[in-house]
Amino acid sequence: MDLQPSEHNKFVHRTLPKTQTGISGLDEITGGGVPKDRPTLICGAAGCGKTLFSMEFIVHGAMKFNEPGVFMAFEEKAEELAINVASLGYDLQKLQEDKMVRLDHVHIEKSEIEETGEYDLDGLFIRLGHAIDSIGAKRVVLDTIENLFSGLHNEGIIRAELRRLFGWLKEKKVTTIITGEKGDGMLTRHGLEEYVSDCVILLDHRVTNKISTRLLRVVKYRGSVHGTNEYPFLIDEDGVSVLPVTSLTLHHDVSSERIPTGVSGLDKMLGGKGFFIGSSILVSGTAGTGKTSIAGAFVNETCKNGQRCIYFAFEESPQQIIRNMKSISVDLQEHVGKGLLKFHAARPTLNGLEMHLVVIHKMVKEFRPDVVVLDPITNLITVGSVSEVKSLLIRLIDFLQSEQITVMFTALTLNDNVTGQTDESISSLVDAWLMVRDIEFNGERNRGLYVMKSRGMKHSNQVREFVIDDSGLELVDVYLGPDGVLTGSAREAEQLLEKTGVVLRDHAVSLKDREIERKKMILESKINSLKQEFDSFQDDLNKTYVEEELRKSVLEKNRSELTRKRDGAAGEIEDTL
Amino acid sequence: MEATEEIWELRLYVAGKTAKSVMALTNLKKYCEEHLKDKYVIEVIDLLLQPQLAEGDQILAIPTLVKKVPEPIRKIIGDLSNEEKVLVGLNIRPAKK
Repeated sequence: MDLQPSEHNKFVHRTLPKTQTGISGLDEITGGGVPKDRPTLICGAAGCGKTLFSMEFIVHGAMKFNEPGVFMAFEEKAEELAINVASLGYDLQKLQEDKMVRLDHVHIEKSEIEETGEYDLDGLFIRLGHAIDSIGAKRVVLDTIENLFSGLHNEGIIRAELRRLFGWLKEKKVTTIITGEKGDGMLTRHGLEEYVSDCVILLDHRVTNKISTRLLRVVKYRGSVHGTNEYPFLIDEDGVSVLPVTSLTLHHDVSSERIPTGVSGLDKMLGGKGFFIGSSILVSGTAGTGKTSIAGAFVNETCKNGQRCIYFAFEESPQQIIRNMKSISVDLQEHVGKGLLKFHAARPTLNGLEMHLVVIHKMVKEFRPDVVVLDPITNLITVGSVSEVKSLLIRLIDFLQSEQITVMFTALTLNDNVTGQTDESISSLVDAWLMVRDIEFNGERNRGLYVMKSRGMKHSNQVREFVIDDSGLELVDVYLGPDGVLTGSAREAEQLLEKTGVVLRDHAVSLKDREIERKKMILESKINSLKQEFDSFQDDLNKTYVEEELRKSVLEKNRSELTRKRDGAAGEIEDTL
Repeated sequence: MEATEEIWELRLYVAGKTAKSVMALTNLKKYCEEHLKDKYVIEVIDLLLQPQLAEGDQILAIPTLVKKVPEPIRKIIGDLSNEEKVLVGLNIRPAKK
């Protein structure tokens, strides 16, 4: 969905020219990299990754951007450096032979040096200048130039020379990274930030609750917009990756397409189609209610449709999940084999919270899944406070939504707070919330599932009984009997009872029918007899009537006979019959 | 001094003819003439002309005087204006009498 007006004049800023570091994430935070042709200070305590950062800057410059670089090491020898970064897969030897990288180890041995009178650091300038010119370097790293202070006594000279050095580097048009050790109350031990005023990046390695997190912050970036937060970063076999894992905007695209849940009954509850693609789903419930099974079914369905999936397991090992899912006819192994499903199992205490996020980010970027499952998020609370977990989940959801990835979290709720506030209080963040809970009744526990919310779609308000058996997951209608909601065997019993009732009623009905039939027959026979009676009565009546007639006519005839006889003369006897 | 046959090999790194370099060279020559007569070789290296040499001797500061022989290697930076320090640095005179 486009919220921008269709025609708009975008004001184009003229931005500071920048040099990409090639370190994943850092260029995003700084809006394109470090300031071009200027020095940047990277400071931090010992072991926070300064040298690696600067080395990546040089190596990426050489390998990705075709910009040769000089790495001047004041601490480690060139060979040591080469070995250190070889473990990250960078072949410094080769790069040096190709004249793309030049390593120069500056060794300062205090005991060998005697200072008498005035001097300057032209030697260093010449050395650096020579190194830069010999390969046409565009990038320079000075790691750690503060070692000068420990090697030489005259601080006044060093300070003056450093100021000159940075000016000279700017003139040389090389992008420089200077590293500095963190000092007390200052960014660096000797106040280098005073000279490097363009860009300062602070690295930190923090241990809270015995769990370490590496963090990066752009303290200052003159003339440029930059992210100001602390960003966690990761050093692993691929080197450094910084992830701008803060929720910046709420501007991601939305999809109205659906993704099936893998449980047909659940699909029906969600308007018949399932979740929205790119939405976030929370499945919460008490222990043993089948949260993982719901997640497993969802993963299974997704992979069956040929989509990709990552399953982050914080509680069980992948083998365990696969085995357990098999018992309900969900074969996840098959999907793993096809490369559609990837498991990542780690105890939450392995990393700090931020690192988990970074790891998730990284895996998602690499694997490009359609669905991500986190099972369960409750365990994350062991490594952070509630608010930290919440902020992590916000950022995770934002990130996944911007990538149009559907995410399903499972969360354990305790029996005493079933009311709806999940432990991580993320219910307001998610788009759909399924709640699975125990319904304890009649001496047994049964699972009831309902949709607490589902943004943007019609969904059922019913509590459904959720049955897990050999053939998988199934939702059954909860039986609403005269005594309330019934589940499990009580429901079955009630259903049986109902069935018996039907049979009995059928029987009763047939009895009544026969009775009626009989009654009808009796009635009909009664009607018949009455009719017979009526007929005989009618016959009787008719008989009297005819007799009367006959008698009447006979009388008439007799009378006329008499009359005629009395008249006598012309008496011709007429037959009146 | 025992090791009379020892030759002091000295290298002075400079960058162009700056005031400090000239001063350092003058000072060095003076001390050598005084204390190491005929037992020293001074090689002056101008890094502006041979920048690649800076790496080999780990040169940072200018001017730097490097004593390679006799061992141990020592570096003396600055304009060599402090005679005492230079002589100690060159092992010509023990640190404390």
